[in-house]
Amino acid sequence: MKEILLQIDGKEVKATEGMTVLEAARSADIFIPTLCYHEKLKPYGGCRICTVEVEVRGWTRPVAACLYPVEQDLKVRTRSEKVDRIRKMILELLLAHAPYSIELQNLAQEYGADKDRFEKESSFCILCGLCVRYCAEVKKKHAVGFVKSGAKREISFIPEISSKECWNCKECFPLCGTSYLQAAFVLAESLAFSSASSKNATEK
Amino acid sequence: MENKKIDRIINKYQGKPNSLIQVLLEIQSENHWLPKEALDRVSKKLNVPLSQIMQIATFHNTFSLIPKGRHEVHVCTGSSCHVRGSTRLLDAVQELIGIRPGETDSDSKFSLDTSNCLGCCNLGPEIIVDGKHHGKVTPAKAEDVLKNYE
Repeated sequence: MKEILLQIDGKEVKATEGMTVLEAARSADIFIPTLCYHEKLKPYGGCRICTVEVEVRGWTRPVAACLYPVEQDLKVRTRSEKVDRIRKMILELLLAHAPYSIELQNLAQEYGADKDRFEKESSFCILCGLCVRYCAEVKKKHAVGFVKSGAKREISFIPEISSKECWNCKECFPLCGTSYLQAAFVLAESLAFSSASSKNATEK
Repeated sequence: MENKKIDRIINKYQGKPNSLIQVLLEIQSENHWLPKEALDRVSKKLNVPLSQIMQIATFHNTFSLIPKGRHEVHVCTGSSCHVRGSTRLLDAVQELIGIRPGETDSDSKFSLDTSNCLGCCNLGPEIIVDGKHHGKVTPAKAEDVLKNYE
């Protein structure tokens, strides 16, 4: 593996070929916020909160750190004025969907994002895909997936699979940054398998 | 839809997971909608998880998860047709077949949907029935178009 030297926030960082900017930054203890990133999953680039500014041959542009591969002599800025502005906007948009998410609120404080900037459309899901991808890539059960498109896109459990698999797993719950998933699961459980749900409740 | 018909479509693609959309399209065009049993069968035969099939089947407007009528009526609501009065045309069509966009009438004769611009702007406002375009349809002419379908 070829070794690559790059600069993140003015600090020399050693990385190996094929690493992403995010991985390189983490290895050097430089913090980049993420929402849709998970070590065990393939990079997704869905939330864009990890946006950083990279400089190649004098040209700077914003890229998603979780997807961008490291290059020799790359200059990365993780906290420039532009980056902060982009993250603030993303947070404000996400907060319109999930205003009560602790994870989002903490980031909002850091970047000065106003949770009331946009009209609330509380779907409680930011479509980060952590649950969907974890179920597909790690557990290989495909019990939860995305349905519909555009503004109507949402996550949905497949009753035939989730009725068999989800009871003893529920590993996707703690991944959810907005705890929408848990609410959706409980709802689906109570609607679709009312007998199983009540049985479960008495066992607890 | 019978399993035999579904299998015939699937077998053409020899169980290749990446031909999922093609298989769904063929079932859709033959059956006019995608029944649950068909999706289960596709999932099993093509070795594609059901969640992924649902993602695709709900993503594209072409696919329908509810039964459709024998004739699919689309009223164009693109900007050009809108300016030429497609709103009134849509009202007239709704009145004629008694259903709203997205619905199917009780004897499964017509399904009504709106569509976005189809590029025949100089023919607007237009109705598309089973893929056939009927141009310059005024609300009064809508009945003449629809009465040809049984």
